[in-house]
Amino acid sequence: MRLRPPLALEIAAARGVAALSRRLGAGGGTTIPGKLLAELDRDAIDRLAARLATGTAVISATNGKTTTTAMAAEILRPRRRLAHNAAGANLVSGVASALLSAGNADLGLFEVDEGALPELMRRLRPRAVCLGNLFRDQLDRYGELELVAERWREAVAALPDGAQLVYNADDPQLAAVSEGHTGSVAFGLDDPRVARPSLQHAADSKYCVHCGTPYDYAAAYIGHLGDYRCPRGDHARPQLAVAARDVSLQGLDRASFLLDTPEGSRRIELGLPGLYNVYNAVAAAGLARALGAELEEIAAGLERFSAAFGRFERIAVGEKRILLLLIKNPAGANEAVRTLVDGGAPQVLLVALNDEIADGRDVSWIWDVDFEPLLPALRALVASGGRAAELALRFRYGGLDEGAIEVEPDLGDALDRGLALTPDGGELVVLPTYTAMLGLQRLLASRGLARPYWERSA
Amino acid sequence: MTAVRVGHLYPDYLNIYADRGNIAVLTRRAAWRGHELEVAALGMGDAVVPGEHDLYYVGGGQDREQLLVAEDLVRKSEALHEAVGGGTAVLAVCGGYQLLGRGYRGFHGEDMPGIGLLPLETVAGERRMIGDVLLECELEAGEKQTLAGFENHAGRTQLDPGSEPLGRVLAGFGNDGESGFEGCRSGRVIGTYLHGPLLPRNPWLADWLLAQALAHRLGTDEAPQLEPLPDELEHRAHEVSAARARSRGGRF
Repeated sequence: MRLRPPLALEIAAARGVAALSRRLGAGGGTTIPGKLLAELDRDAIDRLAARLATGTAVISATNGKTTTTAMAAEILRPRRRLAHNAAGANLVSGVASALLSAGNADLGLFEVDEGALPELMRRLRPRAVCLGNLFRDQLDRYGELELVAERWREAVAALPDGAQLVYNADDPQLAAVSEGHTGSVAFGLDDPRVARPSLQHAADSKYCVHCGTPYDYAAAYIGHLGDYRCPRGDHARPQLAVAARDVSLQGLDRASFLLDTPEGSRRIELGLPGLYNVYNAVAAAGLARALGAELEEIAAGLERFSAAFGRFERIAVGEKRILLLLIKNPAGANEAVRTLVDGGAPQVLLVALNDEIADGRDVSWIWDVDFEPLLPALRALVASGGRAAELALRFRYGGLDEGAIEVEPDLGDALDRGLALTPDGGELVVLPTYTAMLGLQRLLASRGLARPYWERSA
Repeated sequence: MTAVRVGHLYPDYLNIYADRGNIAVLTRRAAWRGHELEVAALGMGDAVVPGEHDLYYVGGGQDREQLLVAEDLVRKSEALHEAVGGGTAVLAVCGGYQLLGRGYRGFHGEDMPGIGLLPLETVAGERRMIGDVLLECELEAGEKQTLAGFENHAGRTQLDPGSEPLGRVLAGFGNDGESGFEGCRSGRVIGTYLHGPLLPRNPWLADWLLAQALAHRLGTDEAPQLEPLPDELEHRAHEVSAARARSRGGRF
């Protein structure tokens, strides 16, 4: 027989480890206490979640879950005391850590890794679930898209009737997954003017989920997200309950759209660029609405919001600036490229490609990204990270002159080189993969240019 | 200048591991030698005309997409056999490699037909074989070369006795995680699980395929010698990928 230690004792032990981790400078202690708790007693997560008076809500997606969750938090914060894994620690251990430091929170708001979603839905018994999108991502870690979708389908089917399911109806796969739950709420985009002229190369779920015939798209927005219809009539995008219409993209700084809900419409001025952030905002609006927020609160929260950690950041370095945009898979990187090109394509670019587990060990995805729109304006590329040479090859075979490419695997050397190539008053655009982004954050913090992430994400 | 004609089979369905990277490498390396690569997509229902292409490329797909094309490929089988008999070269990667064998036996009994262009069969296994791989190949007698890539497959591929693998596994799983061999080679036809994509970091194989395609184009048995390229970046990328396979390549 296994003896279960008292919950209070486990919590105290785990919190002690977090404080120790921070004092040793080992990081923010964002997952270590949770890992310890998960080791000691995984069921403790269920019991900790049950202490939150108004329950929990979870958000999962391949792309945008950190930003969507942070947007929902901004909307809900004035009226709710939130437990929120804001630093992006989104596995079971990260959620456990957020629950441990929940204090007097009354609502749990968690972004959840796609692979961890089924277990966390089972343990947390959330009152609301938001499903954002499914794109090909880290096939070495998650397996094929269909497998992830199948596991989500089972998790959704097991949701109790009273739970709210908010899903992106522009993703055919998610629309099919959500068919298993009654009363689900569809969100999406409705503005063919911002659609792509055709489906992108990296589009994934482009064949009818029921009969396999290629969908007809009235509008394709990002990857396979759009207004689709099976020509044989077997599947079509559901009617949108919460929609972004009349979208206006304003370069690297802003985007605005008309948020349409059953309760009314409201123009939203977003302090973030790109169509992908419009999707994040509609997802956050749909979830917040399901949790009882009113349209005015939603609008105010979205308009107050500024970028989530590392996703989009500008840092001043003397007379120059660094613009940091995380890339991690083809769909996300394509949107980063589109946003850069819309705002004026950079002349100097630093791309840092790592191949740790959190980045994906298989780096083939960089060949699925459409980097080509950046090439005409690009005068110098600094390729960095553990797979710098591979990244350099991607640009060279894409058509960039070999003389314009420098390979600097070390992040510090690459940053120095990139800044040296950037004229005064200019901007160095940096596209790092996940662990390269963490490395750059550490580097910038050690140079006194940015605060460490665990201080900023609170 | 010679125009090398490539038939890219099912680019809309079989493209999961950045297969267009392989095409980009073939295109540029041909252009750097003054040749032009003409790439034609051969999709569902499109006819294969033997002799019309010098090289066929088949990429990898998710199980669902692979199943969607399998039946159509069977309809192209006769023409493809005739083309290969006439000296057309083929590169098939991952799912495409499985489809060139006699078939794929699924884990739950769902079978997928193949076209038997390579002497092999594939059976689904319980655990996926995922990780970096390094092979030693000897496509031309006395010329040993290494091939570095990434594998991610549930299928266990068994070659018929006496048939020729693409290479010996130095690190990683290979065809079935047991035999110590990877891929299959039959004349100018190459099948392999290695993606990443395969050709950018293994330029010698890209050039070997181009030379075979040129031989078909020119109607010669002997493949022409291509002018060497510096390939400094390619070799650096190969070294890193090979080191990854040695330090963390998969094994049971």
